[in-house]
Amino acid sequence: MVVNRVVVGAHYGLGNFIAQRVTALIMAVYSVIMLVVVMGGRPLNYAVWRDLFTLGWMRVATLLFAISLAWHAWIGVKEILIDYARPDSLRFALHVVFALIIAGYLGWTIQILWR
Amino acid sequence: MSTAAAKKPRPKYLSLSALLFEIRMPVTAWVSGMHRISGALLVFPLAAWLLYLLDMSLGSEQGYNHVRDVYFRHPVVKLGMLLFIWSYAHHFCAGIRFLLLDLNKGIEKGAAKTSSYVVFAVSVLITIYFGWRLW
Repeated sequence: MVVNRVVVGAHYGLGNFIAQRVTALIMAVYSVIMLVVVMGGRPLNYAVWRDLFTLGWMRVATLLFAISLAWHAWIGVKEILIDYARPDSLRFALHVVFALIIAGYLGWTIQILWR
Repeated sequence: MSTAAAKKPRPKYLSLSALLFEIRMPVTAWVSGMHRISGALLVFPLAAWLLYLLDMSLGSEQGYNHVRDVYFRHPVVKLGMLLFIWSYAHHFCAGIRFLLLDLNKGIEKGAAKTSSYVVFAVSVLITIYFGWRLW
């Protein structure tokens, strides 16, 4: 007999699944571009390195990478913690710690890019 | 139920030592596990370290030269960079494999095993290449 039932939960599983993959693609593309720019361009010195990160598109791309990383990492951290961190109080505490760490990364990145 | 099965103590909980020494996991499981471990390492502490390096190298010319000429000469730093490169390469390659699996590419047992070996091989080769450039 088929029973219509509401599967419990907040129904954000699919959203996380898609976000994890979209952010992964953004980071993969950025990684390849970065590798090509750094290895295929002029020999690196401070001026070349600094000028690279003052380019408008490079700053925006790096910020997009950082946001993708933060989002991707947050989903990943929650997946890992829900598997291993017991009891719930410890998991909650670690959620807070990693939320702060990841938010800190994002703030630090913005500070580095626009100083 | 057969008596042999009934005699085994159940449930069997998976300890770390069981995972490492008792149970022979297929290579696909190792790719998955290493994807998780490399991801965790990248979130903490490697991302913090890379941001520190980016901050120092973009902050001033002295900072840049210090990173290049002093910091990167240190063997511990080089080993740390190797760990970063391997983690990034493995996470990248295994991630691409998972994306392809999501699209139903290579989901047969043989293909999935082959792609797992490819992920390990490519990420180790990338690590060796950049390790060689670093040294």
